[in-house]
Amino acid sequence: MALRNIIGKRIGNGIGLVGRRSLSTSTSDVENRNAKSMNLYSAINQALHLALETDPRAFVFGEDVSFGGVFRCTTGLADRFGKARVFNTPLCEQGIVGFGIGLAAMGNRAIAEIQFADYIYPAFDQIVNEAAKFRYRSGNQFNCGGLTIRAPYGAVGHGGHYHSQSPEAFFCHVPGIKVVIPRSPRQAKGLLLSCIRDPNPVVFFEPKWLYRLAVEEVPEHDYMLPLSKAEVIRQGSDITLVGWGAQLSIMEQACIEAEKDGISCELIDLKTLIPWDKETVEASVRKTGRVLISHEAPVTGGFGAEISASIVERCFLRLEAPVARVCGLDTPFPLVFEPFYMPSKNKVLDAIKATVNY
Amino acid sequence: MASWGRRSSAVARRVSAFFTVDKAVQIRIGMRRYPFFNPAVSSALVPRPWPCVINMTSLFLVDRFTSSIAGSQADSRRADDDDNDNNYPAIDFPGGKVTYTTKLRFISGSSGKRIPCYRVLDDNGELLNNFNEVKKELAVKMYSDMVTLQIMDTFFYEAQRQGRISFYTTSSGEEAVNISSAAALSKDDIIMPQYREHGILLWRGFTLQEFANQCFGNKDDVGKGRQMPIHYGSSKHNFVTVSSPIATQLPQAAGVAYSLKMDKKDACVVAFIGDGGTSEGDFHAGLNFAAVMEAPVIFVCRNNGWAISTPISEQFRSDGVAVKGQAYGIPSICVNGTDALAVYSAIHAARNMAVNEQRPVLVETLAYRVGHHSTSDDSTKYRSLDEIEQWKTDRDPVNRFRKWVELNGWWSEREETELRSSVKKQASLMKAIQVAEGRKKPPLTELFTDVYHLPPSNLVEQEKQLRETVNKYPMDFPSDVSL
Repeated sequence: MALRNIIGKRIGNGIGLVGRRSLSTSTSDVENRNAKSMNLYSAINQALHLALETDPRAFVFGEDVSFGGVFRCTTGLADRFGKARVFNTPLCEQGIVGFGIGLAAMGNRAIAEIQFADYIYPAFDQIVNEAAKFRYRSGNQFNCGGLTIRAPYGAVGHGGHYHSQSPEAFFCHVPGIKVVIPRSPRQAKGLLLSCIRDPNPVVFFEPKWLYRLAVEEVPEHDYMLPLSKAEVIRQGSDITLVGWGAQLSIMEQACIEAEKDGISCELIDLKTLIPWDKETVEASVRKTGRVLISHEAPVTGGFGAEISASIVERCFLRLEAPVARVCGLDTPFPLVFEPFYMPSKNKVLDAIKATVNY
Repeated sequence: MASWGRRSSAVARRVSAFFTVDKAVQIRIGMRRYPFFNPAVSSALVPRPWPCVINMTSLFLVDRFTSSIAGSQADSRRADDDDNDNNYPAIDFPGGKVTYTTKLRFISGSSGKRIPCYRVLDDNGELLNNFNEVKKELAVKMYSDMVTLQIMDTFFYEAQRQGRISFYTTSSGEEAVNISSAAALSKDDIIMPQYREHGILLWRGFTLQEFANQCFGNKDDVGKGRQMPIHYGSSKHNFVTVSSPIATQLPQAAGVAYSLKMDKKDACVVAFIGDGGTSEGDFHAGLNFAAVMEAPVIFVCRNNGWAISTPISEQFRSDGVAVKGQAYGIPSICVNGTDALAVYSAIHAARNMAVNEQRPVLVETLAYRVGHHSTSDDSTKYRSLDEIEQWKTDRDPVNRFRKWVELNGWWSEREETELRSSVKKQASLMKAIQVAEGRKKPPLTELFTDVYHLPPSNLVEQEKQLRETVNKYPMDFPSDVSL
């Protein structure tokens, strides 16, 4: 697991990153043959091309996907696969997901796009009451496992209340669906292909901040990364950090700085939030005795609470310090106050030090 | 569920609001004064029909608020030559060409005249015109299944009353909607029910034992005992499992139909909804998606006048449900749901349209929910016994159809007796219920399967822990679930 490239700094006031942002990646999970440098939306675009190429029963639909999508993730699909398989839907999230469930129930791979995770709530009933229970309630006579719902989530520097939300915690409370969040282009391609091909309905949140700004070598072939397997992306011995999505690069910066002070940090990318890989996190905490969880979503009731409770249950006597959470504030996602709201590198660093010095 | 107590306290408030003219809440438009809540009303006093004084003839009549500002007929919204000022060319807006008018005229919210309701038989079961779509064999099966449905409903309802099953919904008054729809469709057409369409399953061959198994949630329930009674589902019969949330099946129906369209199948989807369900957002989503995707779905709205205790006047203000179809670009029809032949013929025509033209169709069946909403409801609390009785006797779909079948010489009193009191039927039903009741429930492992395709580690762990608990405290758990 080598540290790769230069990590850009995230600056507030909507200026965005300085330089390109890249992440350390574990190379062991994917062969690097024919890798090409690309950003997150291109990697996702590739995954979608492959999904439609390899399965004639795969469909991509949602608002504005036909021309390429507001984030360019669906570029070229309609031209290549035709309007019958790649099409715009009316502006109606409950319709998009409901339609997707029906399509998936007939054995198709229904890849639905919700334009922003902030707008997923009209579809909440269809996701929770229908998709998540479709197989169970029918005694496995029917299922909508072919459904994948993709949505851009997370802070983008200037998104405010309705273009920055991280709603993953709502969905992590729903047995029957999976929730997956990639941290980088290479991860996104492999994870998205796994989600599409997984026989369960999946909600796939894409960190929109990284669409253009995260650049990585991404293999051009068809590859899949396993779901429900967390990855240790940085080895360490003093403290375990757990996160997902865009927040990981912030946490990694904090880890690098902490190292200068002699603190050895182990960083874990959860990747799949439900069902989540407790074993990997537990093994790490048994090694380090300390754990810190960080996510953009508000701290109260965030998914960090589930991880914290589970780790305390399983590793209580091993813990040297309370489980730390460095998360968003319990406010709607603010505009001018975004830099204050966010779990920044220094907030994470301070929490690392406080936990280690407890 | 609306609570009767809550309603009665609101009565006084609402009645006084409607029948008092309070100057403070009037607004002026020109020379006229209008009640604040409805500026279009030309008369200041317009009593709304109150559910408890509704009588038979007014059941489907909602006050039409005539307006002095809006045009009088919905039909007149189409442009006529007078509107096209100086014959300017139609303007090309995104969405199509539109001609102009200089007349400031609103389309009326309601037409003075309601759209008519299609029927084939009169009240005495006699044909009003020629009709030869239904031959003897089909007619006899239709009639027998309607009777079986009635008997089945009675028995299961009683079983709930006796505490043997927890819940049941009957389809009394809507037997024709169920059976005729099923008869007019092919077995490849996929049914996406709401929860009052079990007659279709009956038609397609779901056995009385299978119905009973689901109601008791025993080990032979194909649904594995996971849901309340009447939440039937059967992939073998192309009947998608019932779910309690209302109208969620409608956008799903558009997706299922789109798949059939891709496969160029000689089949369509038939999605059911009640009058109440048309108020849900998913109704709008479902119809709009089906129209845009050109999906072969027949949306059947069973307008039976009641959504639990909520009558039509408190559900929507349109001319029933059929008119809503046009707003989505969907051809629609209003049909007498108590006329088995009318339902048959309309559904048959709708199917041809859906499959051959690859487009959605909306069929509204008008009937009356003779039974209570469910075994958890006592509808005499919000409607009169007289009203229920009148629909039960005068407009019973089964009796009307029987008359027609008998008039054709295809049925007689002898066959009737045989069918109704046949040892086979009653014993078969009672036996099915007894057998279902006596069977064990599904094994404990089925609590954890099918949440996902394969159980994840957290469920494996939880099953292990639960089994330890069950072993330790067996008295806390029902003994008919095998471990």
